[in-house]
Amino acid sequence: MSDILAKLRGVSRIYQKGKEKVEVLHELDLEIPKGDFIAIMGPSGSGKTTLLNLLGGLDKPTAGTVNVGGAELSSMSNSQLSHWRSTNVGFIFQFYNLLPVLTALRNVELPLLLTDFSSKERVKRASIALDIVGLADRAKHYPRELSGGQEQRVAIARAIVSDPSLLLCDEPTGDLDRETADEILRLLQVLNREHGKTIVMVTHDAQAADYANRTLHCDKGTLEAREAA
Amino acid sequence: MRVLKQIVAVTWLNLRNLPQRVGSSVVAVIGVAAVVLVFAAVLSMAKGFERTMISAGSDDTAIIMRSGSTSELNSGISNDQALIVANAPGVLKDGDSAVISAELYVVVDVKKKSTNTDANVPFRGIQSGAFAVRNNVAMVEGRMFETGKNEIIVGRAAQQEFAGLDTGSTIRFGQTEWQIVGVFEAQGSVSESELWTDVRVLQNAYRRGNFFQSVRAKLQSSASLPELEAALEADPRIDPDVMSEREYYSGQAEPLSRFIKLIGYPLTILMSIGAVFGALNSMYSSVSVRGKEIATLRALGFGPISILFSTMIESTLLALVGGVVGGAIAFLAFNGFQVSTLNGASFSQVVFDFAVTPDLLINGLYAALIIGAFGGLFPAIRAARLPVAQALREL
Amino acid sequence: MKYFRLIWKNAWRKKIRTSLTVLSVFVAFLLFALLSALGFAFRGGVDVADAERLIVIDKISLINPLPMSYRNRIAATEGVESVTHASWFGGYYQDPRNQFGQFPVDPESYFDMYPEFNMPAEQFEAFKRNRTGAVVGREIADTYGWKVGDQIPIQATIWTRADGGRTWEFQLEGIFSTDDPRGSSALMLFQYDYFEEARAFGKGTVGWYILRVSKGADPVQVANAIDLQFANSPNETETSTEAAFAQSFTKQFGNIALIVTLILGAVFFTLLLVSGNTMSQSVRERISELAVLKTLGFSDPAVLGIVLSESILIMLMGGLLGLGLGWLLIQGLAQQMAAFLPGIFLSPAAMAGGVAMMIGAGILAGIFPALKAMRLSIIDALARA
Repeated sequence: MSDILAKLRGVSRIYQKGKEKVEVLHELDLEIPKGDFIAIMGPSGSGKTTLLNLLGGLDKPTAGTVNVGGAELSSMSNSQLSHWRSTNVGFIFQFYNLLPVLTALRNVELPLLLTDFSSKERVKRASIALDIVGLADRAKHYPRELSGGQEQRVAIARAIVSDPSLLLCDEPTGDLDRETADEILRLLQVLNREHGKTIVMVTHDAQAADYANRTLHCDKGTLEAREAA
Repeated sequence: MRVLKQIVAVTWLNLRNLPQRVGSSVVAVIGVAAVVLVFAAVLSMAKGFERTMISAGSDDTAIIMRSGSTSELNSGISNDQALIVANAPGVLKDGDSAVISAELYVVVDVKKKSTNTDANVPFRGIQSGAFAVRNNVAMVEGRMFETGKNEIIVGRAAQQEFAGLDTGSTIRFGQTEWQIVGVFEAQGSVSESELWTDVRVLQNAYRRGNFFQSVRAKLQSSASLPELEAALEADPRIDPDVMSEREYYSGQAEPLSRFIKLIGYPLTILMSIGAVFGALNSMYSSVSVRGKEIATLRALGFGPISILFSTMIESTLLALVGGVVGGAIAFLAFNGFQVSTLNGASFSQVVFDFAVTPDLLINGLYAALIIGAFGGLFPAIRAARLPVAQALREL
Repeated sequence: MKYFRLIWKNAWRKKIRTSLTVLSVFVAFLLFALLSALGFAFRGGVDVADAERLIVIDKISLINPLPMSYRNRIAATEGVESVTHASWFGGYYQDPRNQFGQFPVDPESYFDMYPEFNMPAEQFEAFKRNRTGAVVGREIADTYGWKVGDQIPIQATIWTRADGGRTWEFQLEGIFSTDDPRGSSALMLFQYDYFEEARAFGKGTVGWYILRVSKGADPVQVANAIDLQFANSPNETETSTEAAFAQSFTKQFGNIALIVTLILGAVFFTLLLVSGNTMSQSVRERISELAVLKTLGFSDPAVLGIVLSESILIMLMGGLLGLGLGWLLIQGLAQQMAAFLPGIFLSPAAMAGGVAMMIGAGILAGIFPALKAMRLSIIDALARA
């Protein structure tokens, strides 16, 4: 029905660890429709972060193809990937990864520096993004002046400011208490249902996975679907 | 005492994990080394120059020039006046004749070997007493010139610095040719930068009539100087400046030596300030890297004094190492290095060695100590004041 | 440009560390400014020497005087437009340490030869009219606090008077200065006629001649022609351009330029170490932030550029401050030392060289950390965090 945003075919990822070869992903196939919200769960070392990295063009598969929004990531050069990332993907990390030397507004503005927008335009868009996550009044604060939840919201604003179609989240609530985690997850739902963002979220937390449309389990390099309870 | 034991223990700990902080430690050491190196190099020029000039002068030789002359070149003494000096009290006699040498010098152009350009070299006319009035001159090669002939002996330093002064060669100044017949040494003093010939021949060649510029007289003892001075000043036929040769050469050395120091000391101070900044930087980074370790020590019961002192000791030790390294390089690279330059006072070249003396090296170490102390003080205070609980929480 | 905020904020990440680094750079470039200006002074006016002026001295030695009779013969030589002369007086004012250049000259022809010296017309006229009059350069007047009308006694060390005395009395008729900021007017000029009449010996001679070459004539040819005229005479001459003459002195100071270069070399080597260390610490601390920039889409070269810019920025901050303060100090220093070592000047070329060095040093100090940042693996960096 809806278009497919991301398509992985026969993707394997093998790492060289000294003399040993470690296969993290094994001939994986995956289709992600536009507007979907998937949670990926699994034990550590199962390859879920690797999967996320491949989707975001941060890593290349040892075998197979990765196609996101029509772009064949596995055959793009590093500089092409950089450029692609700036407008097509937004990342959200467990530890927020905001730049401590910049205010919230300026952190959100960062991806826009790679565009041709004027300074005024950049500030306007960043303010809108901050507004969407409900932190317009914290624009001039530094990360150290914000709570964990607030920092994550700024990170989300940064992830959506250049209007990418795909949001990749790596344990976005891993460092937050229950109540704050729920706020963040609700925000992600809003971005998915009201703003049409396709979201792939890696998580340990089964309750977090409940906020997604469906959950996939990653184990020993392969994916399995299990119905959301 | 407990505190002392603590200081020793923490200092030892600091030094043992220095390898983890190699980067910034090396930077501090090199910064201080550079300061001490430049300090020693520049001031050893002043020292070497002074040593050359002053070792030339002895206490038991008087030099007499026309009153008010700032140097021999500006002075004028007639033959009659030279005789008055010869007969004055206080002058040493060898049998019947006074041990004196009435002299005059001109400045001639000789090519400097290192740059192949002309340099002003003193060409001095001497009398037979010239070796006797000076304490330290001796012929080392060839022979003494014969009076009345166009023959020259050259100082060893002059021969090394300037071209064409080998024994046996001929040199031409203007219309006149001169034969170089020997080399003399004067224990490295300024006389070695000169060319010497018979004063009568020089007077003729440069049309100076019967005039000299100075008279050097050997004193019966260094205590005889006042006697000589009084006698000459009382005599209306002569208007002299009488001083010991040592005093004269000190005065000659002063302007250039003062100038070098005028450049050298401010330069060193400025560089030291820079080194302090560098040391501060290194020590602050060292303290921040050791944050958890310090907190742990505090939690275990080590007092803030031990932290403070151990940090300062670390900084000072690093600086001392830098000082030793800088001094060693200065000594190895520069000590004894021969160079020559124009001494404005005599309008001619003086050849001298860089002299990296022990007291210079010690002064360099003092500078290093000061840099180390300043560079360590504020970081040490910060280290001692580190909020223990917060640092531990981050563990 | 738009990345400036990011670069600036990153540079000041650790305020104390950056301040200390900037201060080290500041000291280094202050030294650079001072040593450059000093080196300039040691070049002895080579840069301001007039290409059309030649100096004629006695071939054997500068200190041998030349006969007055040579003046007309030099003037008559082909290619010579005008001639004047000067002599070294070598006296001092009050204290033997107060030495500066005093020269007996022929006022009219001397000031014609040196049009760069300026003085009010009335003062010049008064000088010409007064046989015992003298004029001094602004630096000398300022050093000793002299005003026009003052009585100036100069003690001679070489030139005793015919009447036996050694004090020469002058009336200060004028104060002159030079337009060129690189040049110096730290000298005193008085009447040759007075000198000739009152001195005890050496009459009929001058120290050296200065001549101007006619337009279109070749200075080298004119110089040779003059020297040829006086070859094999009791006073053979050596004629050279003013620049060559000035250089012959500076060369005698041994290799001042080399010493200055070596000192600056030591200073900059240390500076690079300090800044390099700062930059590498700075990069090491924010590997994860740099990785995040890459995830946002900043290309590898962009990350390299950001780190290098930070390094260059620190150099520029400290360096421009250092050059600025150096320049200010030199204005005062040049004035203070004018009588002793004239010509202390920080040339535009030196300043431009300084800025180039700031940029070069910034690149050198930052290049290894910057390359490290450029090459970091996003995945490894983020995994480590």
